[in-house]
Amino acid sequence: MTNLTQLTLTEAREGLAEGEFTSVELTEAYLKAMADARHLNAYVLETPELALKMAKESDARIASGDAGRLEGIPLGIKDMFCTQGVRTTACSKILENFVPQYESAVTANLWRDGAVLLGKLNNDEFAMGSSNETSAFGAVVSPWRRDGDQAPLVPGGSSGGSAAAVAAYLCAGATGTDTGGSIRQPAAFTGTVGIKPTYGRCSRWGIVAFASSLDQAGPFARSVNDAALLLRSMAGYDAKDSTCVDRPVPDYQQAVGASIKGKKIGIPREYRMDGMSDEIDALWKEGAKWLEEAGAEIVDISLPHTKYALPAYYIVAPAEASSNLARYDGVRYGVRVPGKDVVEMYENTRAAGFGPEVRRRIMIGTYVLSAGYYDAYYLRAQKVRTLIKRDFDQAFAAGVDAVLTPATPSPAFGIGEKVKADPVEMYLNDVFTVTVNMAGLPGISVPAGLSADGLPLGLQLIGRPFEETTLFSLAEVIEEAAGRFPVEDLWWRG
Amino acid sequence: MSVDQATVRRVAHLARIAVRDEELGHLQNELNAILEFVEQLADLDVSGVEPLTGVVPMELPMRDDVVTDGHYPEKVLANAPDAEGGFFTVPKVVE
Repeated sequence: MTNLTQLTLTEAREGLAEGEFTSVELTEAYLKAMADARHLNAYVLETPELALKMAKESDARIASGDAGRLEGIPLGIKDMFCTQGVRTTACSKILENFVPQYESAVTANLWRDGAVLLGKLNNDEFAMGSSNETSAFGAVVSPWRRDGDQAPLVPGGSSGGSAAAVAAYLCAGATGTDTGGSIRQPAAFTGTVGIKPTYGRCSRWGIVAFASSLDQAGPFARSVNDAALLLRSMAGYDAKDSTCVDRPVPDYQQAVGASIKGKKIGIPREYRMDGMSDEIDALWKEGAKWLEEAGAEIVDISLPHTKYALPAYYIVAPAEASSNLARYDGVRYGVRVPGKDVVEMYENTRAAGFGPEVRRRIMIGTYVLSAGYYDAYYLRAQKVRTLIKRDFDQAFAAGVDAVLTPATPSPAFGIGEKVKADPVEMYLNDVFTVTVNMAGLPGISVPAGLSADGLPLGLQLIGRPFEETTLFSLAEVIEEAAGRFPVEDLWWRG
Repeated sequence: MSVDQATVRRVAHLARIAVRDEELGHLQNELNAILEFVEQLADLDVSGVEPLTGVVPMELPMRDDVVTDGHYPEKVLANAPDAEGGFFTVPKVVE
């Protein structure tokens, strides 16, 4: 039974349907794997009793022929999703005791379809970070290590726990959230598949808000088909999120393996950054070649405002965060630190409850929204956002179906390696992913190769709004050509 | 544009985050590094460009103006650090 955890979600689903094993057996195997991997720090809360209860109910539904689409499949949930009766912290001290009285729309959709909750996954505090090192629960250790080197590496962030757990076989799939690259960058760092769907495709209701005009939920999985299955369940209209779009959710699995003949793939010249490493450049060319061999047409395109996306993001996202995080005031939930009056109570509570990166971003956001600076910073950034979106609109109007880029400028780095650097250096991790959030487009990160020192590298495909199906078809071509990149050395099990 | 320590203190107060004097210098450097990074947006001509406020063209959905939720104060107060008699509490605000 030891290898049950290493099945893909697609294979586990078939095994359950065929009666080869039960959901309780599968869930127990994952709970055991989680217990053996605690020093990876991927989970911040394990829910074994709930998991086994849900698995038993799934087995009963499978037996009676009432199985849902994800019946009996054990999942990990990023700690940004509110789960009713199950502590949800956003990995911040300020929410260390928060137990939601309601369920997020996305997780409710997963339970509706029969999935099993294994526990809550680590992330950067309030999803602010690119390495999972800002979590109040501490860093996550990636299951990947460089060849011949035992130095612990980051799994990326902010959904670092999700990426590490999927790569290390600690769940069959996981949820993530992506505001500037928080699904796609950790997916690339861990050899997993991660998709951020179009803004509005998944409901944001019940997800701890970071930057509301950029946040989207999406899945992490060990194969493209697994990701397609998960997104189908996660997506869908929800009246409780006024930005959630009311349109049918396609059967994404149908798109996996579909022909890509005649698809026009844009290669944006502005993504060829100064100092880009040869291996990233070679991977990118290889990806284009695979798509071309499968019948796609490769065209050079220009997205001239690309270099402005990251600076504009670091105005828009902190501004929205400063507003969203105003609710953590020591009154309605979370930790309270007393003060001599109400203002001092707020100030003491927030100083003690927020970590340094969150404080920094709230302060930047407060500054750019403050009287006298709003036009120079926030309004200008929103105008730049229009230009970034227009670049993509023009490429799509010229017939481009999807854009191919590297997912990250480098493979994973070591824990602590970038902590001392100035914050901007960490932000540069998201240089290829952040444009997609700024324009609200869907983007998928798919593993495509290994670096010289044996670490996974990912390619990103960016699609037209609500054309996730095209991304799944293209990503499958890359997966078929490149192969999958499963972790082979389960060193953490001792 | 760069910020001085007095501005850092003012912004921290606006953000309702207590800052100790010895933290000011460090915070000032970090904020200035970020502000310097975003400065490049000034190079761009944005005259005549509308600000983007939504990425998906859609109208804000409307619903009937009726009560659709509520009547569970115990749930609302369940996570409050210091609820009392069915209310949230705060330190005394008026003398």
